[in-house]
Amino acid sequence: MTSRSTALEAGLAPPATEESAAAGPLRAPWWGRPKLRKKTELTILLAPALILFVGFVLIPIVIAAYYSFYNWSGYGPLNDYIGFKNYHYAFNDPAFIQAIEHTLILTVASVVIQGPLSIGISLLLNRRFFGRTVLRTVIFAPYVLPPAVTAVMWSLILQPSGFADQVFKALGLGGEVQLWLANTHIVLWTNFVVLTWQYLGFGIVLLLAGLQGVPTELKEAAAIDGASPWQVTRRITLPLLGPTIRIWAFLTVIGSLQVFDIVWILTQGGPAGSSGTIATYMYLNGVQATDFGFGAAIAVILFAFCFVFALVYQRFALRRDTQGALTRAVG
Amino acid sequence: MVASTQTAAPDYAGRYALRRWTVLPATYLVAIVALGLTIVPLLFVLVDGFRTNGDINNSAAGWPHPWVAGNYTSVLTSALFWEFLGNSFLIAGVATALTLVLGSMAALALSRYEFKGREVFYTVFVSGLLFPIGVGALPLYLLLQRLGLLDNQFGVAIPEAAFGLPITLIILRPFLRAIPGDLQEAALVDGASRFRFFGQILLPLAKPALVTVGLLAFVTSWNQYLLPLLVLQTNTHFTLPLGTYIFQTQYSQNDAGIMAFTALAMVPALGMFLFCERYLVAGASGAVKG
Repeated sequence: MTSRSTALEAGLAPPATEESAAAGPLRAPWWGRPKLRKKTELTILLAPALILFVGFVLIPIVIAAYYSFYNWSGYGPLNDYIGFKNYHYAFNDPAFIQAIEHTLILTVASVVIQGPLSIGISLLLNRRFFGRTVLRTVIFAPYVLPPAVTAVMWSLILQPSGFADQVFKALGLGGEVQLWLANTHIVLWTNFVVLTWQYLGFGIVLLLAGLQGVPTELKEAAAIDGASPWQVTRRITLPLLGPTIRIWAFLTVIGSLQVFDIVWILTQGGPAGSSGTIATYMYLNGVQATDFGFGAAIAVILFAFCFVFALVYQRFALRRDTQGALTRAVG
Repeated sequence: MVASTQTAAPDYAGRYALRRWTVLPATYLVAIVALGLTIVPLLFVLVDGFRTNGDINNSAAGWPHPWVAGNYTSVLTSALFWEFLGNSFLIAGVATALTLVLGSMAALALSRYEFKGREVFYTVFVSGLLFPIGVGALPLYLLLQRLGLLDNQFGVAIPEAAFGLPITLIILRPFLRAIPGDLQEAALVDGASRFRFFGQILLPLAKPALVTVGLLAFVTSWNQYLLPLLVLQTNTHFTLPLGTYIFQTQYSQNDAGIMAFTALAMVPALGMFLFCERYLVAGASGAVKG
């Protein structure tokens, strides 16, 4: 789930300084041959990052696209060209269709449930009260824990007659106890709850940061003009939070589309595929089944999902924030 | 409720007083629930690590009876735990260093120079946000196999650095741009080379942003699971998150041991977080502007 961590990062771009303070052209006297020198300097500075990036981010996708046309077990020569069969097989496999459904359910649920929840909590927490700093720290903490470790923790908590069940009984909800990780009707939502535990704090911290950018004067002025607290929130605070919310949603969707570690450790996508996501399907049927050509096809499909979403989102939502909002997070 | 007696003006003072009375308890309620839901699972694992397996099997919830430190000491004295920890530090350290050095170099090029195609380069890097490492993991596996970097810690660290570049540039570029050009001209007039200006003036000024970017790269690498799972094969090469999962699957009967291992596996991340939270949260609040 690394992309969620990129989430934080994107929240960090210092706002709105870019256009105002671009570095001016260098007019200082320069001996030697300034143009050549500039070119050399640029090459020295830019080339290493570019090579690293192209080599390990872009090329692998190309390689995967290439491998996806082959039947290849991971060893030996790549000579069994099968065209689009891997893709054909994937889209005709009910388990894969199910994995897509689960991934989309988790993605939509993340936005629709975690979104209002983080907004609500951050609005409530955006005031001075005793212990606010501590609370902020604690709420943010799960986000920095390795999801794999979190998942091991939750698998212990959720095992039959484990800690979670005991808590339910103690609260008089013993009748609600389920096989959290084995009931095929529930297991996807169990995963969702754990994902929420891991990532909710991130949204809250991002939004709290965004809330600090909402000028108090504006809210006060509206209040003096007779706006109710609800109107102030609805008409001033939320619109000004827009860019933060849109960035959060973007990163949440990209993160949810590729969700792997928590689901894999909690349930391995099971039982019987009832909680499988695209990424766990890829691991199960590509890596564990040593069918790497097929796995590569799934990776390409997964990439296509992210890509299409990003294009659409950029076109319809992010564009409203002046200039490619990818570069312009909070604020 | 004390209502203001003014009639004409909207009664916002009264309304806000009302709000304070209703909202503050709600705030505390939400705060306490959030606090509980976050902390209780963590405490559970920590405390259960002090129980015996028999004790846990009797009842999943409860205080240790008796308290035993054996689970923790046996993890702490096992060579493997320290190897996992060392690998995690090695991989995260290399990934962070690479991202920071190459990323800030590229950020300098993209922020302090005017040249044709600059925005194109920037867009190419930013497009990396669409390729989260989870999507790239299996393709990377294929590449690393060709490069002979499988089962090698650097085979994990180098791609992680590459995937860290987009966000590094997104954060650093506006920051470096915001530093006034006058400063640069003054340094150049005084006879400093551009590189010297970068190294001695610009980057030190950008330190808060560099710290944030470095921390994020470190945490991201530290938490990565799928790539190490694919690339690393010998258990002495495993990272801590990977090792935790492997420990769980290998000692599935030893709940108490897993609890202790899990609790200890959380310590480095939590420790770093508490130590550096200021930078991470400050980063999120845009306070990196410095």
